[in-house]
Amino acid sequence: MRGIAKSMMTTLSVFLRPPVTRDYPNVHKALPERDRAFPLLLWDQEIDEPFCTGCHACERACPVECMTVLMKDNPNHKSVGGNSSRRKIIDKFWIDYARCMRCNICVEVCNFDAIAMNNTWSGHETSVHDRKDLVMDLQQLTTQSHSGQIKEWVPVLGKANEEPTS
Amino acid sequence: MVTESAHEFETQDLLLNVGPQHPSTHGVFRMVMQVDGEVVRDIIPYIGYLHRGAEKLCETMDYRQGIGFMDRTEYLAAFNAELSYVMAVEKLAELEVPDRAQWIRMILVELNRLASHLMFMGAFGIDVGVFGTPFIYAWREREAIIDLFEEISGDRMMYAYFRPGGLAWDVPTNFVARTREVLTAVNQGIADFDGLLTKNEIFVARTQGIGYVSAADAIDFGMSGPSIRASGVPLDVRREEPYLKYDEIKWDVITEQDGDVYARYLCRLGEMRESVKIVQQCLERLQPGAIMPEKMPRMLRTPPGEVYIRTEAPRGEFGVYLVSKGGNRPYRLKVRSACLSNLQALKHMSVGQYVADAIIVLGSIDIVLSEVDR
Ligand code: SF4
Ligand code: SF4
Repeated sequence: MRGIAKSMMTTLSVFLRPPVTRDYPNVHKALPERDRAFPLLLWDQEIDEPFCTGCHACERACPVECMTVLMKDNPNHKSVGGNSSRRKIIDKFWIDYARCMRCNICVEVCNFDAIAMNNTWSGHETSVHDRKDLVMDLQQLTTQSHSGQIKEWVPVLGKANEEPTS
Repeated sequence: MVTESAHEFETQDLLLNVGPQHPSTHGVFRMVMQVDGEVVRDIIPYIGYLHRGAEKLCETMDYRQGIGFMDRTEYLAAFNAELSYVMAVEKLAELEVPDRAQWIRMILVELNRLASHLMFMGAFGIDVGVFGTPFIYAWREREAIIDLFEEISGDRMMYAYFRPGGLAWDVPTNFVARTREVLTAVNQGIADFDGLLTKNEIFVARTQGIGYVSAADAIDFGMSGPSIRASGVPLDVRREEPYLKYDEIKWDVITEQDGDVYARYLCRLGEMRESVKIVQQCLERLQPGAIMPEKMPRMLRTPPGEVYIRTEAPRGEFGVYLVSKGGNRPYRLKVRSACLSNLQALKHMSVGQYVADAIIVLGSIDIVLSEVDR
């Protein structure tokens, strides 16, 4: 009986501790900046166009082949009287969130820092009724960055921190 | 254990199907039990419900792309699975991993072992019938660990954080302080489990003497991890073939002599304490420095050759056999899963026991079906 009494004491001591329950749908916990939900395209606010040049690097590196990229000549390029230095720009872009395995590889291979993982709750709460609604097009992929809703974290690959770890 | 009652007339054994979708099978495992009343006479396990061809898929991908699939092979201890894989690639490519990366890897795999064993404690508690309480206790501390993993790698389960050569990116600057916080919470959790279960007469009566496997049989079945150490075999890859920095710090291999379900529980509980000790020592030894070798090629290519790397995952020896014919992807990849070998002993351990005991025997070897089926 001593053992059972000890168990009871344990449960009693836990009962007296503050609760650890998170009231999830009502209260969202703060996500760390490195949080990885699904990839999003970033918006160049200065020139008002996406950073993405449609170079296909991410499309080729994606392990599950869930991206489709089409590029076009940039109508806003300097040579045609615009103010952008991007000769080519993204025309159409789809990412199938249902297939994406959130591996971060597309972010790592992009040379233009044009893509980042969504680190807000909007990236996690993506349930839909129809699977094909999870195929995101260029407009859906850029709105969050365009409207300044995300503050993306771009990983510094393979480099140690400047500041010491404590 | 079970005494035969004198039957007055002939009885027929009953075939009882358990799973594949049953909470006590810890995933999608199916077993058909031949029962005589309450006593198990035979067990036929069926596996393969979670087969995704992960090994074959990795052969079509370059080394970095394969990491994500390794995570999914062993979803409760993804860092350990990643580690075996990246170590195999490193050995083939002859990469030298910087010290800091090794210490961080060690901290992460040990924390992952803690998370995995906590999961075992919770699920096992439910198997033996302590409804809910241990599960919630386990979740509390596991959540703390997983939150830390999320702050480091960005993901809660599928980290994809180790890279051949080192780490994808550095840990946050408050890493050491945060890990210490988590360790304090985990210590409390271990103490809670100790208080709740170890001496509890009901728990002991339910688990002691059940599912016995002798040391010789355990070796014959190819068991590994806590399941074999509970039978008194001090087999631990971290001690036999030290990898990372396990030979530079002090820790003990936990063994138990009884070889029953209770011993396997005690073994895991002891191992959690060791893991805490290991992480504390690693934190003291962690120095600033590089996390990747200098001059890493953009696309990693390996010379032809083959390697077998084994590491001690929470469930036992997690081995990766990698054959390369040159180029940037494996020619053949084979995962040696500890769970599959441990599962072989299931019939041996459960025949002659009650049906309810067969469930806790299955729980006590702590299977992860995605690792069994791959
Ligand atoms: S995160 Fe990985 S799976 Fe998802 S789109 Fe990027 S490369 Fe593909
Ligand atoms: S996101 Fe980056 S890698 Fe992908 S197409 Fe655009 S510029 Fe190229």
